[in-house]
Amino acid sequence: MSTLPTPAPTVTTSNATFWAATAEGKFLLQRCSSCSTIVWFPRAHCPTCWTETLSTFEASGSGTVYSFTIVRKGRNVYSESAPFVIAYVELAEGPRIMTNIVDCDPESVHIGMKVRMVFHDTGQGNALYRFVPHS
Amino acid sequence: MTIRGAAYIAGIYEHPGRDLPEKTVWDIHTEVALGALADAGLSMTDVDALFCDGTAGFGVMTLIDHFGLNPTYVDNTETGGSSYLAHVGHAAAAIAAGKCTVALVTLAGKPRSGWQGPSFAPGPESSFEQLWGMAGAPHSYALAAQRHMYEFGTTAEQLAEIKVAASIHAQHNPHAFLPYAVTVEDVVNSPMVSDPLHRLDCCVVTDGGGALVVVSPEVAKKLGKTNAKILGHGEALKHTSNGTIDLTYTGAVFSGPRAFAEAGVSTKDIDYASIYDSFTITVLQTIEDLGFCEKGKGGHFVSDGGLIAPFGTLPFNTDGGGLCNNHPSNRGGITKVIEAVRQLRGEAHPAVQVPNCQIALAHGTGGSLGTRHGSVTLILGQEDA
Repeated sequence: MSTLPTPAPTVTTSNATFWAATAEGKFLLQRCSSCSTIVWFPRAHCPTCWTETLSTFEASGSGTVYSFTIVRKGRNVYSESAPFVIAYVELAEGPRIMTNIVDCDPESVHIGMKVRMVFHDTGQGNALYRFVPHS
Repeated sequence: MTIRGAAYIAGIYEHPGRDLPEKTVWDIHTEVALGALADAGLSMTDVDALFCDGTAGFGVMTLIDHFGLNPTYVDNTETGGSSYLAHVGHAAAAIAAGKCTVALVTLAGKPRSGWQGPSFAPGPESSFEQLWGMAGAPHSYALAAQRHMYEFGTTAEQLAEIKVAASIHAQHNPHAFLPYAVTVEDVVNSPMVSDPLHRLDCCVVTDGGGALVVVSPEVAKKLGKTNAKILGHGEALKHTSNGTIDLTYTGAVFSGPRAFAEAGVSTKDIDYASIYDSFTITVLQTIEDLGFCEKGKGGHFVSDGGLIAPFGTLPFNTDGGGLCNNHPSNRGGITKVIEAVRQLRGEAHPAVQVPNCQIALAHGTGGSLGTRHGSVTLILGQEDA
């Protein structure tokens, strides 16, 4: 179990569906109904063709570490958390997303590492998505 | 139409202070403005255009009220540390269009003695980037460094060479925050801040500021001194591109060719370069992206004294740069332009002055390599360049 803090997101009309789904352990991606582009981060329009009709689908939760850093001195709510890992994970569906790699020795994290998504409850009706090593 | 030769940088001033607890940012804006105007041989009454970033109160409105100016042209472009290079390009375009003749660009900030900087409202991306402990530039730039190392085999020792070169230059700058030489070993043995960046891979945190005066050719001629002619300008913003960010390159890939094309010169014509150095990785990627070497070969390029003035392959940041000298307001763009102008005037410290410096490049990077940033490239030259 991760000991990292779980700050809550700022829920807006354009990301409310996304964050509500995290409470059920689901990570939703948007797909443009016109050009099929997968959209990340959530918004009301497609940033490729600017169509405003997007559908959502659930991501697999599988990914690969694209890059990472071990934070040696955290700040704000993370001030007592170091060392911890911030990473970009490339989802199996394509998007590279900012996250943490948890439940492992930070020194063991490496680019190309296979990871799977977990959810940590914020207590605010949603959950933070993080990743653990995929054995 | 291009801006080649349409404007000159006639005045420069870098505040000598690095820790200024007794001053307000407004005091610093005034001091640097008057300093640059005096350097140009002009006064506030000559100024008809004002350029500043988004950190100055309500931007340019606050500053014209403070200064007591009524300019005919203003610009509040905010692209972080690259803003001031954008301001120079925009000022040249405005002068070329007949909108103004004497443009003042100022920067001031106090991140060392008491932050009086901006607090930007959250963007639509904030809840998808800021909940995982990303709290400051080192974490973001570290992501870029880690990926560059993975793809190209760049090493910590190669990144350290960049700091070493800057520190060798800083020894000659009495105002430098870190005015002493360090070794590769010093850098790689300094505490890890955010892997793979060590403390000495990071720039200094200093109070201070700087100012530039950009003028029309007619004004420049009347001033009758050595001015830096603006030859070319290119700007670009790189962002996360809908979840497809590639951390191995910067917006210099786009801003560089635009500036070189406008100037009508190539990398081999550049005698001196001020390269934005928030972190060592910023320099390494930018050198590659501007075309001074092949992508992925930056580590080799910066090794063996390649950046050390006056005789390295590409003498860079001869004031000590943001890594050792000054990074006022956490933004190093204006000092990049200032040192490039010093080189063209032959006013750099003799130990680091590039002989017969005809053409100089200044490049700014503002924001974060790990998410989104502004890149601005300026090419400046002697009168006959």
